[in-house]
Formats: sequence, structure tokens, C-alpha cells
Amino acid sequence: MITKKSIPAWQDMKKYYYQEEANMIRVEHVCKTYKVSKRDAGFMSACKALFHKEYEEVKALEDVSFTIDEGEMVGYIGPNGAGKSSTIKILSGILVPESGKCEINGCVPWKQRMKHVKNIGVVFGQRSQLWWDVPVIDSFELLRDIYSISEADYRNQLEELTTLLNLSEILKTPTRQLSLGQRMRCEIAASLLHQPKILFLDEPTIGLDAVSKLAVRNFIKQMNKVHKTTVILTTHDMQDIEALTNRIILIGKGKILMDGTIEDIKGTHENMDEAVATLYKNYDI
Amino acid sequence: MKKYLSFFRLKFSMGLQYRAAALAGVITQFAWGAMKILMFCAFYKEDPSAFPMSLEATVNYVWLEQSTIALFMAWLMENEIFESIVSGNVAYELCRPINIYDMWFVRSMGNRYAKALLRCFPILFIAVCMPSPYGLTLPNNLEVWGLFSISMVMSSMVMIALCMIVYMSCFYTISSTGIRMIAMGVFEFFQGSIIPIPFFPEEMARVMEFLPFGSLQNVPFRIYSGDIKGMQILESMGVQLFWIVVLIIIGKFMCARAMRKICVQGG
Repeated sequence: MITKKSIPAWQDMKKYYYQEEANMIRVEHVCKTYKVSKRDAGFMSACKALFHKEYEEVKALEDVSFTIDEGEMVGYIGPNGAGKSSTIKILSGILVPESGKCEINGCVPWKQRMKHVKNIGVVFGQRSQLWWDVPVIDSFELLRDIYSISEADYRNQLEELTTLLNLSEILKTPTRQLSLGQRMRCEIAASLLHQPKILFLDEPTIGLDAVSKLAVRNFIKQMNKVHKTTVILTTHDMQDIEALTNRIILIGKGKILMDGTIEDIKGTHENMDEAVATLYKNYDI
Repeated sequence: MKKYLSFFRLKFSMGLQYRAAALAGVITQFAWGAMKILMFCAFYKEDPSAFPMSLEATVNYVWLEQSTIALFMAWLMENEIFESIVSGNVAYELCRPINIYDMWFVRSMGNRYAKALLRCFPILFIAVCMPSPYGLTLPNNLEVWGLFSISMVMSSMVMIALCMIVYMSCFYTISSTGIRMIAMGVFEFFQGSIIPIPFFPEEMARVMEFLPFGSLQNVPFRIYSGDIKGMQILESMGVQLFWIVVLIIIGKFMCARAMRKICVQGG
């Protein structure tokens, strides 16, 4: 009897016929709303709000869909409050959307959280994952145990990251005494220790000087090239985008407005910043 | 398991790091204990029979309380946890292959044990050297030592499980200050750190012993000085075990619910 299982290449065939199966990240019709409490200015309305609080529903994401393949580097841009961070948080399994489907490397992030997070690395540029009071290397060793990385893998990876990000001199320093640039390099190293297949970077170059920015960009490029790491990058720095990605997804008011290449966005403009500003204006976001 | 152990280790070694704070803590707790004991002595001089515990047991209670204050004080909750919830830094911890509740539990354990270990020995040593009736007396019964130690560990677990509920409640409120203030007052009063539970009116004391707070310092300290004996010990430890299980279940439930509804603030 011929069953699906008896055909050895069934999985491959399935992948071939249903092209979407091969996507690393597949997001379909994802919606997310927040409740925001609102009141008018002044004392009287503050008193009124004591008894009756008014909430307004803000749509952070509205029917967001996209797919990203393995090894792709994608820039995810949009003005403040467009829903970039919300998307990253949904993709990394922190937030649960109200509706829509999302599959990353075969997992639904918020359902198979434990399995999913082993495959991803996240850098939130505005937050820190390192322990404030202890040397950086202690934080790294904690991460090694959290992700159950074998000693050999850990050593190799640490050595590679140390050389590429030039960390050798700062590993023994407590995090509180690092400069922002040094800290950010350590943050990025920390999120790559477990060799994730996907890396989410949420404003990784925010507040960095030119030298650190270049170092971070080169490193990300290198990682993508050598390890085929899929990278999603949100940033307001168009130079980051130009240096790193080819594909750009533009989001505004919770909706995907454009999915194209840098050239598509740039059009006739000389300068990326101007091009994006014009786009924002055209889309009224 | 290993990952949780590393959290414990890291937090423990961090707790050992602050020597000046430990020294200041030792001095404060010693002075506070001495004052409390002088006060109790004055009361006992008037009429020792009016008190539910012997003077010796009360003095031991005070010294134990002061030396292990890091285990049972509500104000020793971890600011980092509150901050991470309120500021949204908790996002990082949510994208780790780790259970948030378990992680914070062992982390609190590491913190409290390190602080208590660092502070208890100097205080206990001086207290033992003090002349009677002001000094700490040592029980000469191995069984009491054993039951005391087990009960100490259990009561610290009850404490941490209670604190976990306070941490988890922060997911539901915007600021943690209010809950923390209430928790501090309630924990302190009901666990008998102002006056030991037997000093309360009898009916009230009965009820207090069965509250989760009655399973904190109340049990091991009274086992130590022989105020609770025989079957009563097992009964009290049974209540402790009951609260450990129930509080952890409540905490885990709150955690799971918070994870589903979570909303990370800012950026």
C-alpha cells in the first residue's frame, strides 16, 4: 500500500509544490490592538476619569502579511508608532496577536514559545539583556546555561564573536562601566551565542557613534554571509538600511504599505532620508 | 535544571558582592535586636507569667529574626524584577527558553540566601556570646536542629512564593508601589515580626497561624526555642508545605495568565 509516509521524498515534494513551506518566516493577516486610556486635560476630567475610564482601541497592526526566506536580510521601516516593535514582539513570541497566522521555522511563536525562542536572537536597542553589576562574561555564561549550549560550541562561538566584535578587552568589565557602543557590541554578541537561525534587530544602532555603527553593520553582514542568518532589522537610520539590506518592508499605521527594494523606495531621490520622508508624506503616515 | 542553578549561582555571587551593605546590615540588625530584647526584658521583669512564651524563647526568637532578616523581610523584594516589568525589559526574559516563574523563583532564592548567609553569622556569634538572659541559647537536641533547618528552608520558600505573587500582580497594574507598601505592612504584621504571633489574643493567634504568613518565621523560630513541640511541629510543618504548594500554584497561574495578556510598554 502506498501511503504518504512510504514516499521518502514526500517532504521535499511538498516543499516544491507548496512553495510557501520553504519560507523561514510567514506572517498572514496578523492583527493586534491595544487599549489606551484617554482623558481630556484638566482637573475636572481627571476627577471624571476616577469613576468612568474611557478607553480607545488603537490598532497597532492591521492585516499584516509578509514572507521572508532563509538567509534574507530585510529592513522593516516606518515612522514612530507604526507597529514595527509590535511586529518584532509578535515574531519573537512575546505578544499574542488577536487574529492571523504566523509561522517561523515551523513554529507558531506564541504557542511553541520554548522551542521557537531557541532559534531566534533578539536585540532591542533600547533595552539591555546584560546583568548590570557583573562582568559581561558572567552574563554570557548564564546565557550559555539558559540555552544549554555545549562547552565546545560556546567556546567556538565566543571566540568568533570576540574577534569579530573586538570584545576581548571588555569581557571582564562589569556592564555598568561600559560605554554605549561597547555595550551594544556585547548585546549583539549575547543574542548570537546560541547561533540562532533568525536575528531580530530592533534599532541596534540607536545612539551609536560612527565607528561603532560601522562595526555593528559589518558584523551583521558577516554573520548573514557566513551563517546564513536571517535578519530582520528595524531602524530609523537609512544608512543602516542601505548598508545592510536590499529588501524593505514599509509599515505605517499598522498596515504594510510597500514591500520592495531600495531602488523602489529611492526612486529619483538622491538621498535615502528624503526619499523615505516623501514616502511617509505620500502615504500620509 | 542547570539553567536555573546558574541563575541561583549568579544571584548568589552577586549577593556576596556588597560587603559594605552587609556590614551596615549586621550593625543595624544587631542594634535593633538588642533594643527589642531590652524592651521585652523590661516587660518580663514586671510579671513573667503574663507572657505566652518564656523569656529565653522570646530572646532566641528576636536573635534569630534579626540574623535571618534577609529571608523574611518583604522590603527585600527584587527591584530589578519590578523594574523589568514596569519598563518592559521583561521582553528580553520572555524570549529565552526558560520559564519566567521558575527563573524568578530561583533568582529570589539566590538573592535572599546570599544576603542571609553573609549577615547571620556575625550576629549569631555575638548573640551566643552575650550573657544570660540576653544571649542566644543553643538547643542541645539534634532532632530540634534538624527540624529547625528543614522548617527554615520551607518558610523561606513560602516567603518567596508570596513575593512571586506580588511580582506577578505587577503585570496587572501600572505601578508596583502600592502593592509593595501593602505587602510590606501585611507580611510584617501577620508573620509576627513586630511581636511574635503567640503574643496576640488567643483566637487571633490561632487564625494567624493558619494564614500563609503564619508559615514564615513563626514556625522555625518557635521550633528552635521549644515553644512548639512534638506533634505540633509536624502539624505546623504540614501547614507550611500546604502553603508552599498552594502559593506556587497561584503564582504560576497568575504568571501564565499574564503571559497571555502581556503588553510590553514603550518602544
